[in-house]
Amino acid sequence: MDYVLLAEQFFNGFQLGIILFLVAAGLTLIFGIMDLVNLAHGTLYMFGAFFAATFVQLTDSLIFGMILTLPAMLIAGLVLELGVLRTLYERDHLDQVLATFGLIIFFNELFLIVWGPEGSGINLPSYLTGTSELPGGIAVPDYRIVIIISGLLVALLLYLLVSKTRIGMLIRAGASNREMVGALGINIKLLFTLVFGLGAVLAGFAGMIITPITQAESGMGEGMLILAFVVIVIGGIGSIKGAFVAAILTGLIDTMGRSFIDVALMSFMDSVAAETAGPAISSMLIYILMAVILAIKPSGLFPPKGA
Amino acid sequence: MLKKLIFAAPIAAMLAVPGAKAADDTIKVGINLVLTTPASIIGLNSKAAFEVALKHLGGKVAGKKIELIFEDNQFKPAIGKQKTEKLIKKDKVHFLTGFIFSHILAASAPVGLKAGKFVISSNAGHSMYSGKKCHKNFFNAAWENTQTPMAVGQMLNNEGVKKLYILAPNYAAGKQMITGLTRTFKGKIVAKALTPMSQRDWSADLSKIKAAKPDGVFVFYPGAWGPAFFTQYAQAGLHKTIPLYNAFSIDGANLPIFQKRNMTHLLGTMNANFWAPDLDNPANKKFVPAFKKHYKGQIPAHYAAQAYDTMMLIAAGIRAAKGDMSNKDAIRKGMEEADFDSIRGKLKFGRNHFPIQNFYARKVVNKNGQWQLSKVGDAVLKNHAPTNSAECKL
Amino acid sequence: MPVIAPLIGQEFYTDVFARIMIVTIAAISLNFIMGYGGMISFGHAIFVGIGGYSVGILASHGIESAYIQWPVGILMSGLFALIIGAISLRTRGVYFIMITLAFAQMMYFLSVSVEKYGSDDGLTIDSRSDFGLSFFDLNDPMTMYYFAFILMICCLYLNLRIVNSRFGRVLRAGKSNNERMTTIGYPTFRYKLVAFVIAGMMCGLSGLLTANFEDFVSPDMLFWTFSGELIFMVVLGGMGTVMGPLGGAMIFLFLSEILSNITEAWHLIFGPFLILVVLFARGGVEGFLKKYEGSND
Repeated sequence: MDYVLLAEQFFNGFQLGIILFLVAAGLTLIFGIMDLVNLAHGTLYMFGAFFAATFVQLTDSLIFGMILTLPAMLIAGLVLELGVLRTLYERDHLDQVLATFGLIIFFNELFLIVWGPEGSGINLPSYLTGTSELPGGIAVPDYRIVIIISGLLVALLLYLLVSKTRIGMLIRAGASNREMVGALGINIKLLFTLVFGLGAVLAGFAGMIITPITQAESGMGEGMLILAFVVIVIGGIGSIKGAFVAAILTGLIDTMGRSFIDVALMSFMDSVAAETAGPAISSMLIYILMAVILAIKPSGLFPPKGA
Repeated sequence: MLKKLIFAAPIAAMLAVPGAKAADDTIKVGINLVLTTPASIIGLNSKAAFEVALKHLGGKVAGKKIELIFEDNQFKPAIGKQKTEKLIKKDKVHFLTGFIFSHILAASAPVGLKAGKFVISSNAGHSMYSGKKCHKNFFNAAWENTQTPMAVGQMLNNEGVKKLYILAPNYAAGKQMITGLTRTFKGKIVAKALTPMSQRDWSADLSKIKAAKPDGVFVFYPGAWGPAFFTQYAQAGLHKTIPLYNAFSIDGANLPIFQKRNMTHLLGTMNANFWAPDLDNPANKKFVPAFKKHYKGQIPAHYAAQAYDTMMLIAAGIRAAKGDMSNKDAIRKGMEEADFDSIRGKLKFGRNHFPIQNFYARKVVNKNGQWQLSKVGDAVLKNHAPTNSAECKL
Repeated sequence: MPVIAPLIGQEFYTDVFARIMIVTIAAISLNFIMGYGGMISFGHAIFVGIGGYSVGILASHGIESAYIQWPVGILMSGLFALIIGAISLRTRGVYFIMITLAFAQMMYFLSVSVEKYGSDDGLTIDSRSDFGLSFFDLNDPMTMYYFAFILMICCLYLNLRIVNSRFGRVLRAGKSNNERMTTIGYPTFRYKLVAFVIAGMMCGLSGLLTANFEDFVSPDMLFWTFSGELIFMVVLGGMGTVMGPLGGAMIFLFLSEILSNITEAWHLIFGPFLILVVLFARGGVEGFLKKYEGSND
């Protein structure tokens, strides 16, 4: 057993989990509080990636470019919410699915035209392109450490916002019982707008922070969207804690699964069969996990109370 | 009543859309390419080359006007087939070509062949057409899918690589690359990693590569996979210690992007193909600068070179029949003989209408501030035919 | 109307209509569970794929008889629908949508991984299903066309009968108020599962026809966006109406065809169009027309 490899894969899985969490957190809040099934959440992730790439190129600075992206994401989120999504709150889920599906089609095409089929990317400044060695001989690219730290910071901020502020309390109340919050005289419309804006910024942040590694391409949102939905279904819709646990779990299983499943299979299969079955099974692992969890706990691991 | 009107209106609209109307002795070439979606980067490269070729022909062959009709298959085989049907049944093309991707070709080619048209692939190298399913009206102006990786395998032998780590996406083309490579590569393969198609983050694989300590890494990551993988390879610091080889992952179409993103660690990486922009022959010397002028100042990729040759091949067929499209045998013979200056020197076909050609090693270099692929040394494979050619009973 | 197409004499349009009718069968099956049963399945493309690959895989092994291919295709679709339904129907609402989506993804990845049957290169089918009858050869375009037409009419009729039967009424009642039905004593889960399996089998039929018509199958048929398009067709035509699926399929396919001929960037128009349909044409074209015609009388 190569422990260095195991440790590195654990680290990689954890990093994937952080990104998943950032996207899933927004999604679970939007769905949990606003009861809005937003398929276009992946599109927000894509917005963040492309906006950041353009800002970094314009300002010729990674830091400035990324900082500018956050208010841009907020504005984009608000425009979407006020323009299109607001009309969908009263509709049933099917309508929401279809309308946001239309948004996906539109924006994928738009970004393809504006940025071209080659997409875009962010070049890292030289001080971030190195690799560090952690104790034990584990090598980790510096930028991935940046991703994990910044992701955890955002998670911490989110936690503080939700559990220690008045707005956070409204959010949690809304997640458990929307009608009550409205009945108490809180301006629901404003709350919804804020929550959506928050979700947009979180998703955009995730898209932005991963772009230096994976580049920005039209259609990059859909893969992330499906994963994020799997995460919030596993974690429990409306629960940020659930999203965190489920995201880390998903990231770890996906990464470790892909790394070690062929090894595991080879212990009882010949290598050719293992080579074919391995990738097939590893792609399906997360979905199998979701199916199993739903079979045992149909509302997810940590459904918000009163849901 | 209104209901009937609403349903009738779109039908009327469809009937009203005219098919390509042109003078009766115009020769029509239907070109089925991927012109939208991120894969269009290749389709547009080819389209530009077809246009350059038409310009070089003066828009006419054997006194007859040539018309190019482009259709977008949106990277979907079913839509590709629909467009092929439209080209054949509505536009009544004489030649059907284009076809970048093998799955698009597989769905469309039978339609064209059944309708008695000439089908010429300007890129897709699906093995079935060089072997059992070869057809007298089917031509391939590029290569067969396993040839190029076989060339890479030989190149790796020449470079002295003894321990190889392979990565490719888990789909047909990826697996064919590995099949071809293993035919010629003589060293040890420490891993064949077939990564999920949706994967954009190779952190797990890069850790495994480091642990395996190979003396070469071979990847097949065309399209969107390439930039993501290459960036991460450098971020993991692997470019300093393990040389990177590839097939179809770095080419004239995406080098401008890599240069723009300042991926300097890609300079010096090697791959193999049947052509390089600096191949020394008259057709190439004419084509490369003309393409550059026509298409954003870019050096053509092999897709473009193949498209250019395809157009010239069709022209050769038309010339041999003196413009008479009903004389299919003459057209076929004209194409088989391929009497024109090809961008690969001299185009020689096997019985299965696939080229028998050389393959060269190429390296990414920075020439006059523009990154491009440059031929290295002598051909690694000489006069190479597709491995399953004997299965063709033509 | 589809009868007119061959008479126009343009072979190209016969193809367009044949395609529409084959997709309509899939849309009818989806409308059955969605419009009448309230089950929004994002995984319906799976059954088209199963039907299609049944023909493809058997044909690649030299089994071209329709009497083997077709029963296998329909039974396999039913079997998969049983398994997927049994697991998915334990959930409701969005969870159901997501789990059907997840299954669709799984099947897609599976079909891409198995190289023996072409993987994403697809599987070419050399000869269509053989019914062993000299006058009935699917390789003839006209025969194919009318066969698809007849099958579509059969499915429309079948749908009409089931929906108005006792079974159908229980199903529709379960859609509007599940708790009430279970309280009265109807095991709605069982009814929904049966409906899901029937829909799966009908959709598999669509897949069998698709494979025959296109002479080709590929994992593309299983991609989740195709499920999304089917949902759209059903909504466009009017969910829970009898002719809705046909109307929806026609409009959807015609619109895609016309728009893509106008500009390559047609998705820019198509996306907003779908949004507008959802926002303003609730009930689809049928509903819109009913309103208009109703106000006229």
